[in-house]
Amino acid sequence: MDWFDSGWGLSLIVFLPLVGALLVGLAPKANENVVKQIALLTTVVVAVLSVVAAFQFDYASSADFQLGTDLSWIPSIGSNYHIGIDGISLPLLVLSAAVTVLAIVYSWNHWEEPKNPKAFLILILLLETGMNGTFVALDLVLFFIFFELVLLPMYFMIGIWGDKSPRMVKVGRFELETETRLYASIKFFLFTLFGSAFMLLSFLALSFEAGTFDIPALIDLGSGGAFTGTFGQLVFAGMFLGFAVKVPMWPLHTWLPDAHTAAPTVGSVLLAAILLKLGSYGFIRIALPILPEQARAWAPVIAVLAAIGIIYGSLACLAQTDMKRLIAFSSVGHMGFVMLGIASLTDVGINAAIIGMVAHGVITGMLFFLAGSMHHRYHTRDMARLGGNMKLMPKMGAILAFIAMASLGLPGLAGFWGEFWSLIGAYNPLNGLNVSLFRGTMVAGAIGTVLTAGYMLWMLQRVNLGEPSAEWEGHDLPDADRFELVAWAPLLVATVAIGVFPRIITDATNGAVVELVAKAFGS
Amino acid sequence: MPFEIDYHALGPEIILAVTLMAVITVDLMVPRSLKYLTAITAVVGTTAAFVPLITLALHDNPVRSMFDGSYVADEFALVMKALFLTAAYVVILMSFDYIDSERFYQGEYYFLLVASTLGAVVMTSARDLIILFIGLELVSGPLFLLAGWRKGSVKSNEASLKFFLLGVLSAAILLYGMSFLYGLTGSVTFEGIREAAISGDQGPAFTMAILFVIVGFAFKISAVPFHFWAPDTYEGAPTPVTAYLSVSSKAAGFVGLLLVTYLAFPDAANVWGPALWILAALTMTIGNLTALRQTNIVRLLAYSSVAQAGFMLVPFAIAGVTDTPGQLESAFGATVTYIVIYAFMNLGAFSVVIAASRITRSGLIDSWSGLGARAPGLAFLGSIFFMSLAGIPPLAGWFAKFVVFSAAISTLNVWTTSLAAIAAVNAVIAFYYYARVVKAMWFDPAPTTAEREALPIVPRTLQYALAITVAYVVAAGFFPQLSSFFGEASRMIAAGN
Repeated sequence: MDWFDSGWGLSLIVFLPLVGALLVGLAPKANENVVKQIALLTTVVVAVLSVVAAFQFDYASSADFQLGTDLSWIPSIGSNYHIGIDGISLPLLVLSAAVTVLAIVYSWNHWEEPKNPKAFLILILLLETGMNGTFVALDLVLFFIFFELVLLPMYFMIGIWGDKSPRMVKVGRFELETETRLYASIKFFLFTLFGSAFMLLSFLALSFEAGTFDIPALIDLGSGGAFTGTFGQLVFAGMFLGFAVKVPMWPLHTWLPDAHTAAPTVGSVLLAAILLKLGSYGFIRIALPILPEQARAWAPVIAVLAAIGIIYGSLACLAQTDMKRLIAFSSVGHMGFVMLGIASLTDVGINAAIIGMVAHGVITGMLFFLAGSMHHRYHTRDMARLGGNMKLMPKMGAILAFIAMASLGLPGLAGFWGEFWSLIGAYNPLNGLNVSLFRGTMVAGAIGTVLTAGYMLWMLQRVNLGEPSAEWEGHDLPDADRFELVAWAPLLVATVAIGVFPRIITDATNGAVVELVAKAFGS
Repeated sequence: MPFEIDYHALGPEIILAVTLMAVITVDLMVPRSLKYLTAITAVVGTTAAFVPLITLALHDNPVRSMFDGSYVADEFALVMKALFLTAAYVVILMSFDYIDSERFYQGEYYFLLVASTLGAVVMTSARDLIILFIGLELVSGPLFLLAGWRKGSVKSNEASLKFFLLGVLSAAILLYGMSFLYGLTGSVTFEGIREAAISGDQGPAFTMAILFVIVGFAFKISAVPFHFWAPDTYEGAPTPVTAYLSVSSKAAGFVGLLLVTYLAFPDAANVWGPALWILAALTMTIGNLTALRQTNIVRLLAYSSVAQAGFMLVPFAIAGVTDTPGQLESAFGATVTYIVIYAFMNLGAFSVVIAASRITRSGLIDSWSGLGARAPGLAFLGSIFFMSLAGIPPLAGWFAKFVVFSAAISTLNVWTTSLAAIAAVNAVIAFYYYARVVKAMWFDPAPTTAEREALPIVPRTLQYALAITVAYVVAAGFFPQLSSFFGEASRMIAAGN
């Protein structure tokens, strides 16, 4: 498998979806099946390749970048096509490749208006190139390109297939009536673009100071203390903007509830499962190791914002009537735990962040699938009108109950580890950080877990339990069909597997994380 | 002393001059039904002009100097000549059906277009003020006429008149500044001015002369606050002419600005650096904010091109705070790279506008609603160009923004870094109005009044124009070396060779 290990494998994982998108584009529109088969085949091959990568990966040296290559790309600015994975990116890469397959399986017979499977599948495939590329990129310019590549497909997904209900938007003194999808799509784009424009400036400043865009080289320089003073602070601030918008961290999160709620089901799933992780991954891959000194300075800020995010997200959930919007706000809380783990700057905390990212991807992805499928049947997401779902659709109700438990962090299921370890990390942060402040954020996080349990159970009560409302009598409400079950089964299995056996993730990540912390923070 | 004339180095100019004659001769000889032959003559001529360009570029020593260094064919000149020829070529392709369909004078149209291109090509080699000025006037003169080519239209007449009056005003200001320069330094060549400026004392008159020259060029590149003519002229002129104005005419202005700033008075960068810092910030911000309010697609592109000029001005500003040759060279290269990328994406955008207006029969952005459903291919191309103008990866425009940011950051100086931050905010603002066009095409439903009749076919020549531009915009997005190569090649002349 020399060809695979020398970078071809990862390159295929990144660019096959692009080729698939081209093929789908060339396929005749009339023949819907061919279009779907090409897309599915492409993503399955990519997922298999990502699994092969996981097997080829040498776990003994998970801190090293493996299976990659380093080729000249834009010599005039010294940027290279440098790719590779370590223990931190591997789980996320596999997650991304797998969730995309499930998204296409689910789409098979769930097309939201205005249908057009061909265009929709092209967008999913383009999205996959961006997502996978971000996780393997080891060059700042390359990273930036992939990071931005996901914007356009998601913009179109929300804008074309999104929620068409009217929405009032206040602009100063004026009230404009527009559609939810139009508002949400442009808001999503502008927020992210604003953040990433400053992130790019930071990348450029780094490269002028260090003379390279190469991430491993920058990590070596950074852990040696190469970037200091105001320069370092400004660079970190720019990166913080770029990544924090994407995560999203409170108070930059306001695009998220809109985008998630407005997006078509598959769009929400990919947004929640993968796109949010690009931000937190950026913190772990780039911001922390390259700028350790500034990370120390910023850690309390990040921890406090994360704690606010956890509490705020949970409280916002308690105020929701719209099921999908509730799940969207729960992401703010869950990503708060991820960021809290990262802010502790310890190996426990960062491991927690990564396992939390994977778990959130699996669980919240699943929740959005359910929200979409239920909306498809009930044509409403208003929880006051739902109820008795367990009786109307037992299979779907059971899955909802199960995954809600996972989401609230029930031990034995995937959601537990990320929250638990990130609280441990916050209890005992890196030496030199303000312990009492971090313990405060830990308490806030702990309260957050209670609130999370509160809103999840309340949602279950409103949606699943009780007697069905009279309005559903005589409606045809089919339970989960086989495409849905096939798409969901892997997520459910993963939820249990990660919950029972978190070593699936930590075996890959731990070596890399310990090395990262040791190198950057010397402990 | 008899001058040695290097006919090889003058090849492109000579071929263009011959093409001019040929176009007007063909126009005189053929009957009305065969007037399209003038266009073909022009296409053949501009294509033929590439041949000496390529042989010059492949030559071991591409730098050839003539007329005591007043006229030089170096890498920068070759790159910009290639750009002007390509732009002319694409504009002729765009014009073919447009001019044919609306019963214009065809022979004169192509004659003037090629004449203007000749002026731009001459400018790139100009290394003294007189040749530069002659070139610039040869660029502008034909355009005064072309802007009014839709004779029956009041707007076109207004466009032409406004452009003419402000063009003459700017030429007067420019010439006034140049006369001061000559008076103070006793030289018209850039080399001579530079040496005189170093040895002699630089009084306030010299500063004033520099500012006059910059203002003169600021009109040409439609930098704020000298941009008022642009939107009206752009809207009134025939669309292919607008495309030419926004690309070649603007690029010619930048060629002039690059040459005088970096070659004639590089040592006065403390004067023009801050001046251009202010111009860049104003041009980006005002251009973008005004573009937000536009409802007409051509006016939108007009203000967008004003804002884009602001981005091209950003690298100039760093000369005010650094004199490291490497940084100046890359700033010079950044502007050239930006111009090259901008040329392709803007020509593409205008090609889409021409094609779309055959369907929508209106200039309003709202009339583009539902274009994605009615003409998906065209809407797809349109999205590519507009998103590229917005600088979204993986389309070529991202690299243009990238090199500009990169140049501004390279000094790690407070002033230029804050200019980069202003540029970054502007990139976000700009996205909003480019996205509005994309939103209209894909997200908005087609107007119910839209006739369900068969769509007009995109003319073959316009298809070629679209193919050339889209191929570049996509390829250069993935392989930015395709653009930075030109910047690299031309940067050598900056920072005093």
